[in-house]
Amino acid sequence: MTGTCGTPTAVLDVEGAAAPPRANGELVFAEPWESRAFGMAVSLSEQGVFAWDTFRDRLVARIAAWEAEAGPDAPGFRYYTCWLAALEDVLVASGRLAADEVAAHSAVLAARPAGHDHGGHGHGHGHGHGHGH
Amino acid sequence: MSGPTDRIPPALRTEALEQLLVERELVDPAVMDKFIATYERDVGPMNGAKVVARAWTDPAYHERLLADGTAAIKEMGFGGPQGEHIVVLEQAADVHHVVVCTLCSCYPWPVLGLPPSWYKDPAYRSRVVREPRAVLAEMGLDVPADRRIEVWDSSAEVRYLILPRRPAGTEDWDAERLAGLVTRDAMVGVAEVGAP
Repeated sequence: MTGTCGTPTAVLDVEGAAAPPRANGELVFAEPWESRAFGMAVSLSEQGVFAWDTFRDRLVARIAAWEAEAGPDAPGFRYYTCWLAALEDVLVASGRLAADEVAAHSAVLAARPAGHDHGGHGHGHGHGHGHGH
Repeated sequence: MSGPTDRIPPALRTEALEQLLVERELVDPAVMDKFIATYERDVGPMNGAKVVARAWTDPAYHERLLADGTAAIKEMGFGGPQGEHIVVLEQAADVHHVVVCTLCSCYPWPVLGLPPSWYKDPAYRSRVVREPRAVLAEMGLDVPADRRIEVWDSSAEVRYLILPRRPAGTEDWDAERLAGLVTRDAMVGVAEVGAP
């Protein structure tokens, strides 16, 4: 058995968001971005951009780091936040991304004028993929 | 270290990452959509339920499934990422098997789909190893005191599928009808398949 030294001694959540469901049919992704992060990692791995085990190692490290930092009884574990961080780690480590690139581009997106959206209600500037830099 | 430990909302960060990767032609949004739709709609515990129901009704398949889970599952048409090496463990009179991935959330996608939130939760991952009987009881499964519990830790190499006990009163049921009884939780080992 692999050890889990240092992991929190939390009470199993039986009512809240992480509650054990009794049957099939739970939503797979809590929010749309989680599905995009999932889809990116699987696509990249299937295309051979990185090996799944390389990603998994980063995911394990990110989860362990969260648990070490959060300490015992910490609520609010977000699996796909660790997943996203691991995905960036792999891409940075392999030179596909610069270390601060995603943060920088996030800032560009955050500065978009209010009212942009993906529903397209007649603003006339499309789907937002043309940010140019 | 870069990553969402800072204050950028993950939705924004994900959008930024996807745009950068699309620009570099490392990902194709249409391919991503396909993977997402596959795991949201098509691949799920019903695949595993069909495998279990067949094993309950077809002794030769039962034998093949326990001998080489990956091959027997592939025979049913189920394969793909995270299904490269699946080991099937059968619940028995004297032992109850339960599966965890203590380090992340390895899980046999082709037969169960993506893992539920409780499987990924730190509390389940750490506690089921230390006190499986208590955790299973909290999840609504009282394992008889004379039945030992074995906890199987998924790894990079191996994913586990539990073959649950067939419920009493289903002796004359066919595989299709039986498959409707089998739950994901029973195939992870945190539940039994209930009698009809």
